[in-house]
Amino acid sequence: MPPLTLHFDVSTDDFSCAGEASGSVKRTLKKLGFAPDVIRRVAIAMYEAEINMVIHANGGVIDASITPEEIIIVFADVGPGIPDIDLAMQEGWSTATPEVRDLGFGAGMGLPNIKKYTDDLQIKTQVGVGTTVTMKITAK
Amino acid sequence: MTVNDILKYPEFTVVNQEDDRAVEKVFCCDLLSIAMAKAPEDSVWVTVMSNRNVIAVASLADVSCVVLAEGYSYDDDAIEAAKGKVTLLKTDLPIYEAAVKIGAEL
Repeated sequence: MPPLTLHFDVSTDDFSCAGEASGSVKRTLKKLGFAPDVIRRVAIAMYEAEINMVIHANGGVIDASITPEEIIIVFADVGPGIPDIDLAMQEGWSTATPEVRDLGFGAGMGLPNIKKYTDDLQIKTQVGVGTTVTMKITAK
Repeated sequence: MTVNDILKYPEFTVVNQEDDRAVEKVFCCDLLSIAMAKAPEDSVWVTVMSNRNVIAVASLADVSCVVLAEGYSYDDDAIEAAKGKVTLLKTDLPIYEAAVKIGAEL
């Protein structure tokens, strides 16, 4: 059976819509009968990546591929890139603006949360070019 | 207990009502990333954050309802976003007191 694929455009700097792609994938997984734990991990990791796209990269595109065995989600943006991945992976490290922090984001938990809740995480980034985040969640 | 049980206290009022849900825990946090990762399913989430992103997090984390404390008001677009998704309550109580009151019923 070919994987079920979903595509989303994440618009620029639009906090009010952030979470729509994650919500849509969550509802799809629920309908397909995935275990609640798998759905929750996908929702958390995906929302964090979606918010990162809005905060740091002026939006981008998300492509999800779903099979009964695994969920693979690719987040591609043409934002500023991440100069120091190791630093970005540290809990508490954030470059979010005060405005973003006022909304309740910028705790520096985004990438650490994504790593914690996914089974595989690949980040390809180039300063000034963009970032592609690929995450895999295994459905056991 | 359920969300409706909270409403028997006069300190809590409902701003958006969805289907009643079971309540297993109380969770307090104002940072959305932490709430996203740590809010237990079927918990009451007590916070002072009132924007639309709270609704996205509440819905994704699958909490039973949100309680906005300290007398704050939800943003209009947050109430709009919650329709069909998340029950919203509010209270003048501080976060701790609101949580203790609800927690005493568990």
